[in-house]
Amino acid sequence: MKEHRFITFERILKNGAINFGRNIWLALAAIAMMSITLTILLFAVVANATFSHTVNDLTSHINVSVYLVDSITAKQRTGLVNQLNDTHDIKSITYQDKATVLKLYEKANANNTDLLTAISETSNPLPAKLIISPTDPNNLSAVKAVLDTPANTKLQSDPTSYSGDRKAAIDKITSATHFFEEAGIVGIAVFVLISMLIIFNTIRMTIFNRRDELVIMRLLGASPGYIRGPFIVETMLYGAAAAAISLVVCASLFAIASQTLQASSLGLLDISYSGHFFRQHLWVILAGQIAAGIIIGAAASAFATRRYLKSK
Amino acid sequence: MILLDRVTKTYNRRGSALERVSLHIEPKEFVIIVGQSGAGKTTLFRLLTREEKPTSGKIVVGGMDYDKLKDKDVPMLRRKIGVVFQDFKLLPGKTVYENVAFALEIAGLSNAEIKHTIPKVLDLVGLKGKENNYPLELSGGERQRVAIARAVVRQPKILIADEPTGNLDPKHAWDVIKVLEKVNKFGTTVLLTTHNQEIVNALRRRVITIKDGKIVSDRAVGQYKSQ
Repeated sequence: MKEHRFITFERILKNGAINFGRNIWLALAAIAMMSITLTILLFAVVANATFSHTVNDLTSHINVSVYLVDSITAKQRTGLVNQLNDTHDIKSITYQDKATVLKLYEKANANNTDLLTAISETSNPLPAKLIISPTDPNNLSAVKAVLDTPANTKLQSDPTSYSGDRKAAIDKITSATHFFEEAGIVGIAVFVLISMLIIFNTIRMTIFNRRDELVIMRLLGASPGYIRGPFIVETMLYGAAAAAISLVVCASLFAIASQTLQASSLGLLDISYSGHFFRQHLWVILAGQIAAGIIIGAAASAFATRRYLKSK
Repeated sequence: MILLDRVTKTYNRRGSALERVSLHIEPKEFVIIVGQSGAGKTTLFRLLTREEKPTSGKIVVGGMDYDKLKDKDVPMLRRKIGVVFQDFKLLPGKTVYENVAFALEIAGLSNAEIKHTIPKVLDLVGLKGKENNYPLELSGGERQRVAIARAVVRQPKILIADEPTGNLDPKHAWDVIKVLEKVNKFGTTVLLTTHNQEIVNALRRRVITIKDGKIVSDRAVGQYKSQ
C-alpha cells in the first residue's frame, strides 16, 4: 500500500513535469501572466515598505522640547523626568543644561556674528531643556497631561515646543503616517486580490483548453486525485517560474532605476531604501514569491479541475 | 456477466431514451447491439460505463450492482471494464505507449510490469513500432487500435465498444473488428454497438436490435437490415 502510494506520487510528479514541457506554449502564456501580476504585487510590497520607512524616519526625528525655568532644582527636575517616564510613552529623555544649550546654539549659528555678539553681551539667556523622544509621536496626550499640570507648568519657562507651528507639523505628519499605513494595507490587499483573480483565471483558461483530457482520464477510471495531481504540479511549476522571473525583473529595475527615481521623488521619499530593502530581504522575498506562486497556482488548478471531475 | 432488468432512462427534454430494457449477457459472449442513430445504443453504453444513472431498473455488471455503487467506487468499476469509444478518446499529449500505459498506471501496476505488458498488447493490435507516435500522427484505424489496446491491456472481463468503426473506412473498420474478435477469443466478453450492416451480418454473432429505446429483437445468430 505504501509502495503503491509512493509510485502514484512519483507518477504524478513525473507526469506534471512532462506535461509542463509538452504544453510549453500554453505554459509560457500562463507564466507570463503570473509574472506580471507577481511583479506588480512585489512592487506594491516594496513601495509600501519604502513609504513606511520614510514615515518612520520622519517620525523618529520628532521630539518634544520642555524649557525649564532657571530656578529649577535638581530634585524638581528629577521629579518631572520620573513623572514623564511613568507615562510609558517615552523612548528617551535627554537633559541639556543652560551651558550646553548655549554651546549648541553658538555652534548652530557660527556664521551669524551679529547674533553671537548680541548673545555674548548678556548672561546666558537660553533656558535649560529636556528633550523628550516619544515612542509614538502620534500619541502625546499622556506626556501633554503631565506637562500641563499646574505644578509642572510652573517649572517651565516657555511653552512646550509641540505647541504652535510645530504642533501643526506633528499633526500633519501624524495624519500622513496613518494615511500611508492604511493606504499601504488596503493597496496590498487589493493587489493580492487582483493578482489572485488574474492568476486563477489564467489557470482556469489553461485547464479549460485541456478539459477533454480530464474527462477522458475520468472515463478510464483514474481517481480524481490522480487526474488532478499532474495539473497541480504543472501549475506549481508555473508559479515557481513566474516568481523567479518577477524577482529578477524587480531586482534589475530596482538596481538600475533607483537613482533616477530618487531624483524624481524630490527627496520626499527615500527611494534608495527600496533597493536596500530588496537586498536585505532577498531570501524572504524569494521564498514568499515562490510560495505565493505555488500556493495560488495549486489552489487555482485544484479548484478549476474540480468541475470536470464530478462523477455523474 | 451483464444484466439489465427493466432499465428506463428518461431525459427531461427528450423523453425516454431507453424504456424497460432487459437483457442478459453471458461470460465470453460476443454481442452486437444494433439500431439506427438515436435508437438508444449510446445511452445503453453510457449507463454501462456509469456516465449516466438509470431513471429506473437494475444494472449488474461483473457482479457489481450499480444501485449499490457509490460515486467514489466509480473509478474502480471503470478500471474493470474495457471501453472503446467511437471518437477514440485518446490523450493527445501522450504517445501511443503512454496512452496504453496510462490504463495500467491508474491501476497501480509497477513500471516493470508496465514495460513487460505493453509491447505484447501493441503487438496484438498491430501497432508494433508506433510506440513513440502521438495520436495525431496516426490514421483513424491506428488510433482506434490504440484505444482497443488501452481497453484490453488490463485484461478486463468485459469490453464495451461504442461504434468503434463509426469514423473508419471499411478496411480500417475490419481491422478493428478482427482485433475485437481476437480479444473475445482470449475470453473477454465483448459488447459492440454499431449500425454497420455489413459487419453485423458477416460476424454471425448474437444480435440485439434496439428501436426507439426498446429491444425489438434478440437473436443468437442475428442479421441486421439497416433502414
